[in-house]
Amino acid sequence: MNRLNQLFSTKRENLLSIYYTAGFPELDSTVAIAAALEKAGADFLEIGFPYSDPLADGPTIQHSSQTALENGMNLNLLFEQLKSLRAQVSIPVLLMGYFNPVVQYGIENFCKKAVEVGIDGVIIPDLPMYEYESLYKQYFLEHNLSNIFLVTPITSEERIRKIDDLSQSFIYLLSSSSITGKNLEVSDTVELYFERIKKMELKNPTVIGFGISGNAAFAKACKYANAAIVGSAFVKMLTIEKDYIDKIPAFIKQLKNQTIAA
Amino acid sequence: MKYGVDEQGYYGDFGGAYIPEMLYPNIEELRQQYLEITTDASFTDEFNQLMRDYVGRPSPLYFAKRTSELYGANIYFKREDLNHTGSHKINNAIGQILLAQRLGKKRVIAETGAGQHGVATATVCALKNIECVVYMGEVDIERQAPNVARMKMLGATVIPATSGSKTLKDATNEAMRDWINNPEDTHYIIGSVVGPYPYPEMVARFQSIISAETRKQLFEQTGNELPDYALACVGGGSNAMGMFYHFLDEESVKLVAVEAAGKGIDSGESAATTFLGREGVLHGSRTILMQTNDGQVVEPYSISAGLDYPGIGPQHAHLYKIKRAEYVSITDDEAMEAGLECSRLEGIIPAIETAHALAHLKKMNFKGNETVVICLSGRGDKDLTTYINHFGF
Ligand SMILES: Cc1ncc(COP(=O)(O)O)c(C=O)c1O
Repeated sequence: MNRLNQLFSTKRENLLSIYYTAGFPELDSTVAIAAALEKAGADFLEIGFPYSDPLADGPTIQHSSQTALENGMNLNLLFEQLKSLRAQVSIPVLLMGYFNPVVQYGIENFCKKAVEVGIDGVIIPDLPMYEYESLYKQYFLEHNLSNIFLVTPITSEERIRKIDDLSQSFIYLLSSSSITGKNLEVSDTVELYFERIKKMELKNPTVIGFGISGNAAFAKACKYANAAIVGSAFVKMLTIEKDYIDKIPAFIKQLKNQTIAA
Repeated sequence: MKYGVDEQGYYGDFGGAYIPEMLYPNIEELRQQYLEITTDASFTDEFNQLMRDYVGRPSPLYFAKRTSELYGANIYFKREDLNHTGSHKINNAIGQILLAQRLGKKRVIAETGAGQHGVATATVCALKNIECVVYMGEVDIERQAPNVARMKMLGATVIPATSGSKTLKDATNEAMRDWINNPEDTHYIIGSVVGPYPYPEMVARFQSIISAETRKQLFEQTGNELPDYALACVGGGSNAMGMFYHFLDEESVKLVAVEAAGKGIDSGESAATTFLGREGVLHGSRTILMQTNDGQVVEPYSISAGLDYPGIGPQHAHLYKIKRAEYVSITDDEAMEAGLECSRLEGIIPAIETAHALAHLKKMNFKGNETVVICLSGRGDKDLTTYINHFGF
């Protein structure tokens, strides 16, 4: 059983995942941030590998990607850095990024390398279900690397069922149909959508992401899903704070506190 | 069609729809409906009527006498520059606005490089009273100022793309982000044969009117509907695909696509995709693109904003790989000289994009009485400042 399945089989509520970009704010901050996040209480992590043209991302993550690339980050270097990951970090870790760098690295090689350094899953927003299933699935299965699919408020029920069948660890629910970095307004329509998904009783755990920036949104998301992901808000903190490692415990604490109170 | 798309949206190894889930419903809606809508009589009637009465089609096929004498071949210009708005881009814009209307969309977005596609889109939006937002790289806004003014005059909102190289690729990213944020009421009018399936196919079909007319006109003028060569410039590749479309299955017709070499293929400032690129994924399709070893998209360069793009459409990637078409490149300086030459020989000031295709004539070795059709994709009005600065008039 990989670490993701293990996590969801033991803990099913109020799980917090944090996204950040590898090589940002500094080239070698990748593993240090992961270790600090685990220590502060994050339940799992998504490490973004930067891409020059991040189509699904808003200005904050565009900026972190661009800076990471200028810092010299690439997949080769990332896998090199991640060799020390598992000596310091035991929570599940996913990689998130766009498909072209993976294609250039070699898809099979990418899967193999990722598992070697202790990665549990990947999120590739621009690798849709059809192309995954017909062309690339075998490599992911062979290496027991979980591929995570996204669901949006306008994904059809039939398609969600299919995604549920193809998923091996969790399903990523987007809070709205939007790029990253917008604040989630938990309107009635959003709640209806979350409610609808919850009623589908999917086999896989669900995780809500995109637009979760503060503790209220986190608490709300956790009402409907097993976990929620905070990305842009954390990257913004990394952008602003010089002593970002020291600020991590307080950042996690304020996100999680509210759920206990709520 | 032997060189056409398969049911899954692939041209050989290229194409597909590499899009985030947020865009899946939009793309699926198009995939399900575009053929049915665009082949319906109410659509084709309106399309044909607008092409005739509004765009001014058929565009003339003009025998370029002095150019022919100079190069020792029979050279014909397909005069897309005479279309309303001044380029071939209007053909696709008309087709897509009729589609958007039938899909019930209330808002249209577009990306533009030279501004020709932006102007064409703003024009058809005015025609149909649909809100229009055009994304344009900050660099292009500066070098194509007349077209920015035209779009505003036509009622469009022009939003500068400030990321990356601030040119066409970045404008395309911004347009896609807008579409992700507005999936339900908005149609994205992509300006070339790029993007996720079905866009490359749809745009090629709308542009195929270029070669359909050319065949007919060439027959009327020469008694032979097939040229020896069909020649066009390639940014994303829509005017070239339009010019190639009805000749693809005629193996005797040699297809030549001209890319922008910028300051030279090895200068580090170029947009010659097939020379400098490798297979990968860009803007939703598997194609050939200029990129680093690590898969980061390289910022291209060309003096012509419309060719300043790091990829080519997936069908071009396929035609290149299987060698059905020949891909060549022309530098900034060669294109500028050809633009001047065409102005002086034929009294036609071509767009700098188009001048790349014209410049290739010098490099061809004609045997006897060969016939060449060139897609004169656009007029040079928008480029006067660039020409003037280059030649110091
Ligand atoms: C006159 C003209 N020709 C050619 C192009 C290149 O586009 P494509 O390769 O799609 O024909 C443009 C693009 O703006 C243009 O304005």
